[in-house]
Amino acid sequence: MSRTDFLVHAVSDTVGVVVTEDAVSGKELIGWIMETDETVAIRAVEDIPLGHKLALRDIERDETIIKYGHDIGKAVAEIPRGHHAHVHNVKTKRW
Amino acid sequence: MSSERRLMAYRRDNGRVGIRNHVIILPVDDISNAACEAVGNNIKGTLALPHPYGRLQFGADLDLHFRTLIGTGCNPNVAAVVVIGIEPGWTGRVVEGIAETGKPVAGFAIEQSGDIQTIASASRKAKEYVHWASELQREECGISELWVSVKCGESDTTSGLASNPTVGNAIDKLDALGVTSCFGETSELTGAEEECRDRARTPDVGEKFLRVFNAYMDEVIEPNKTSDLSESQPTKGNIEGGLTTIEEKAFGNLEKIGKKARYIDVLEPAEAPSKGPGLYFMDTSSAAAECVTLQAAAGFVVHLFPTGQGNIVGNPIEPVIKLTANPRTVRTMGEHIDLDVSGILRREMNLDQAGDALLDLTVRTGNGRMTAAEALGHREFVLTKLYRSA
Repeated sequence: MSRTDFLVHAVSDTVGVVVTEDAVSGKELIGWIMETDETVAIRAVEDIPLGHKLALRDIERDETIIKYGHDIGKAVAEIPRGHHAHVHNVKTKRW
Repeated sequence: MSSERRLMAYRRDNGRVGIRNHVIILPVDDISNAACEAVGNNIKGTLALPHPYGRLQFGADLDLHFRTLIGTGCNPNVAAVVVIGIEPGWTGRVVEGIAETGKPVAGFAIEQSGDIQTIASASRKAKEYVHWASELQREECGISELWVSVKCGESDTTSGLASNPTVGNAIDKLDALGVTSCFGETSELTGAEEECRDRARTPDVGEKFLRVFNAYMDEVIEPNKTSDLSESQPTKGNIEGGLTTIEEKAFGNLEKIGKKARYIDVLEPAEAPSKGPGLYFMDTSSAAAECVTLQAAAGFVVHLFPTGQGNIVGNPIEPVIKLTANPRTVRTMGEHIDLDVSGILRREMNLDQAGDALLDLTVRTGNGRMTAAEALGHREFVLTKLYRSA
């Protein structure tokens, strides 16, 4: 099986999950969209730790983040494609 | 898969099937812990279950306390029970509840005897129970007679990608065999509560779930929150592992109930299922030890526990099978992990294979294989308290 650096649950997701420990800035990452069994490639713009998310496309401030094909919160800053998406730029819409 | 495997387990007088054969020493209240631990120390092969509660509780909180203690004693993984309380009234109430299963149970009260006399009498009874229990034999039982609970902990994004769906795959297969199973974690469905409602067998059951969920939000979260709960839910460990919001965690959590199974009822904390085989939702905390303790008290005998960052929880009477898909957790704390499913992330293993491996391990655990948590001595017995005592 070819190398897989990140996984995407659903084709409508705007973030993917890094599953390697060497997703370093500048590296071309290979992703697998599980829902459709497609392969995609995105260049990491910063280091992204194992288990953390990267933006699959440019995400605007206040835009809803989609994962599992569902709303998992909102961007509180712009997140350009290939950047790390986490608590510094994504917040819950609940509580 | 496991249908070819034989399950050798203990059939109890009430027909239920247990996979362990504990003689437990159960305190009714916090001040009886010392006597229980002394008996547990005197008589080898017994297990004392100290806990911090049981005095001046009232109303629904007291009902839950009794339900949890009695349910723990009734669990088919328990062969016999010695109950010790400060006074005979509430001690007798716990003894009577456990006696309905037909298993040996005896109560001892400390007032008017003191610790030393009580410990001597209770130790003699515990020794008698150990001799009796140690001669009980395992017999062939149906896999469908297992009651299986699930709960995840220290989750990260690998949980939602692989270890939780592995449990879900196993639950779908167990549900088809007629197993009784249970998931909980009320707060941790926040963001996915409508999807969870839609997984009920009937609209009425789905609405019952939503009422329980909304009551928790209105009565616990709203009056007590001081922030967006970040670092509590999701936990600091969840965030370290890449989970960002409660909604993200909730959709990962829901993967544990698979694709096909539908829950058939909504249980109170520690309430035993009464609608026959199938999947049940229980209103529980999302804290691991509290949730597993409630599920064990409802009669579940084996637990499937996926983790990401490495929650190490165990339970004194219900074996907790730990699985993870996080390769770093496998590498750095592998002694806590019973099943490594990190191959799913590398696309070396599919969910169906992982689910079968988990079912295989579940039956082996049922046959007596000790879990990592058992071997490491994890016996977290944590009672849920609804509010301050009087």
